[in-house]
Amino acid sequence: MRLTAPETEPASTRARRHSLGRGNITDQAFKGLTLLVALSVLALAGLLVFELTKGSMLSIRTFGFGFLSSQHWDPVHQEFGVLPLVFGTLVTSLIAVILAVPISIGIAIFLTEVCPLPLRRPISFLVDLLAAIPSIVYGLWGLVVLVPWIRVTMGPSVQKPLGWFPLFGGPIYGIGVLAAGLILAIMIVPIISAVSREVISSVPQAQKEGMLALGATRWETVWKVVLPFVRTGLVGAVILGLGRALGETMAVTMVIGNRHEIVASLFSPSATMASTIANEFTEATYKLYISSLIEVALVLMILTLMVNILARTLVWRFTAKVKGERTL
Amino acid sequence: MPVLVTRFRQLRLARMCAVVTVVTALLLTSCGGSGPSSPNPSTPPLPTATSSQGATPAASTMPVTTTRSLNLTAAGATFPFVLYSKWVSEYNKLNPGIKISYNSIGSGGGKQQFSAQTVDFGASDSVMTDEELAGAKGRAVLQLPATLGAVVLTYHLPGIGKGLRLDPQTITDIVFGRVTKWNDPKIKALNPDLNLPNLDIAFVYRSDGSGTNNIFTDYLSAISAEWKGKVGAGTSVKWPVGIGAKGNEGVAGQVKQLPGSLGYVELAYAVQNKLGYAFIKNKAGNYIEPSFDSVSEAAAGAVIPDDFRAKIVDAAGSGSYPISSFTWLLVYKDNPNSARAQEIARFLWWGVHQGQAFCKDLYYAPLPTSLVQNEEQAILALTSSGQPLFQGGRQ
Repeated sequence: MRLTAPETEPASTRARRHSLGRGNITDQAFKGLTLLVALSVLALAGLLVFELTKGSMLSIRTFGFGFLSSQHWDPVHQEFGVLPLVFGTLVTSLIAVILAVPISIGIAIFLTEVCPLPLRRPISFLVDLLAAIPSIVYGLWGLVVLVPWIRVTMGPSVQKPLGWFPLFGGPIYGIGVLAAGLILAIMIVPIISAVSREVISSVPQAQKEGMLALGATRWETVWKVVLPFVRTGLVGAVILGLGRALGETMAVTMVIGNRHEIVASLFSPSATMASTIANEFTEATYKLYISSLIEVALVLMILTLMVNILARTLVWRFTAKVKGERTL
Repeated sequence: MPVLVTRFRQLRLARMCAVVTVVTALLLTSCGGSGPSSPNPSTPPLPTATSSQGATPAASTMPVTTTRSLNLTAAGATFPFVLYSKWVSEYNKLNPGIKISYNSIGSGGGKQQFSAQTVDFGASDSVMTDEELAGAKGRAVLQLPATLGAVVLTYHLPGIGKGLRLDPQTITDIVFGRVTKWNDPKIKALNPDLNLPNLDIAFVYRSDGSGTNNIFTDYLSAISAEWKGKVGAGTSVKWPVGIGAKGNEGVAGQVKQLPGSLGYVELAYAVQNKLGYAFIKNKAGNYIEPSFDSVSEAAAGAVIPDDFRAKIVDAAGSGSYPISSFTWLLVYKDNPNSARAQEIARFLWWGVHQGQAFCKDLYYAPLPTSLVQNEEQAILALTSSGQPLFQGGRQ
């Protein structure tokens, strides 16, 4: 509990605020310009939604809500339904998040609370580096290393005891829902861990010290003080990772098996919205086909937008909370 | 927090740049490193653009002294991209003023841009349908076969190289999921000498929309009424069974990894990568090894209509390989811009003659000579505002 002193403002700060507030003509122009640039981002987003909607009008008029509920994706007979793609997208992302979250938060806790100081920077750097690997490289690695491993080693050993359960049934090709989920998990670990690290390091030192002073172990400190304090921030981090997983295209396309089907087994091939667009857009040969693919993009964008808005809201709430607690 | 988010954006941007660079580099090397062959001098030298030949009809409409200079743009199919970019660079060596940029954006996109007249000529692995032709701003279109492609069935069976025999009935049964084991009596009956394993057949199809899909599904529609009714032909279809891999390399990679798998790839890709492929029973009842010659033979044996919109899958002829197709260049029969029209026609003329010499080195099958003669007539019939491009036609 610290006391703030709002009435004593340094003179330099006051001077700076004045020069920003009134300013001369160049300052006004500068303000206008930056405002314009900021608004252009909004305009761009609006334009994107507008164009996507315009492009998918034909498909929306033809299929209506049936587009969202139909399971058929048959370009030859001009039937398009997005449900299997939404399914594939959500399931692979869910697998990824389930696998990535404990690992990422573990990394974040290690780096902020446990890791010896000299190692902190190099390890953080390495984790960040993972985020910079192009997704096609992940895809290739998945195809050459992960997929055969699932087919030869992991798949059969899981199927032997659990094959009676539909989730683990069916033939094992290696490529499929599980391979896509695993690749996505690896791809979102750096994002989630980096954001979590940042969030966790914002926990006031005083809080942790207080807990330690009460005789708590390091584990108890992390579990009872640090994690509850940053809960919403961590959720935000997870959702940022989820946003990436939902939209990831290249690596998923390479390992998912690209079948427009709702499947029960983790080993079965499926398809995601992004992978379908990547696969089929270049050779979509007639207007309704193109329009349907654009509508897939629209659905994907709305989904991702919703996830991101959720993430931002949580992060804002979290930062507001931190500020509030600091000024107590 | 916001700082962090920004950093991720930067990372993502950096990654995208890296991908673009790598892809560009790959494209550059793949089209730059092609064979050292020279144009075949025995082909007729008609309206080629070389201004030294004063007697050509082209020269009568164009002063010999001016250096021709024009940029042409074209867009379309990805399958013939390697051949077209070779053509473009060779043609540019002969005619330094003429620069052609070919964008391999896919057949669908090629047709669209051509129809919208945003490019000088288009290219497509499938012909323009009557409906599409009607949408081409109301002008007559010449669809000119430029080269030939073929699709081969490749498989992964321990101890068995190329030469597994398959007939239309068995292929249909496999893609419908009715024949599921390699030692099925139907396959055994066709291959009494081979020791076929008791393995599941894992069918691998191409997930990306492609001319390869179009050719293969066209073939399946030609050999099976059931396929034609239930699934049909197209750049992407709803496959009854199997798993989808992206691109030739994706399918080949999957087949290479997965014992018991069966996939289909472009002939060029199979030859370059020395994949084992099947001999397919053709209409005449012979098992044909896919090769440039057997593909060209299919084109020679097929009946080609005047508008060149011919399917040559399941073609007649004793040595015809049955899963093959033309790929077409799309031009307007009448182009009001006379200078452009002339340069396009010259390039087409060069392509169907000298250009064919580059085919085999780049793993494409050349057009049969009988067809080239028909195409000559079609090119000579091109006009600009009603006026023939090459006055007096062929000398």
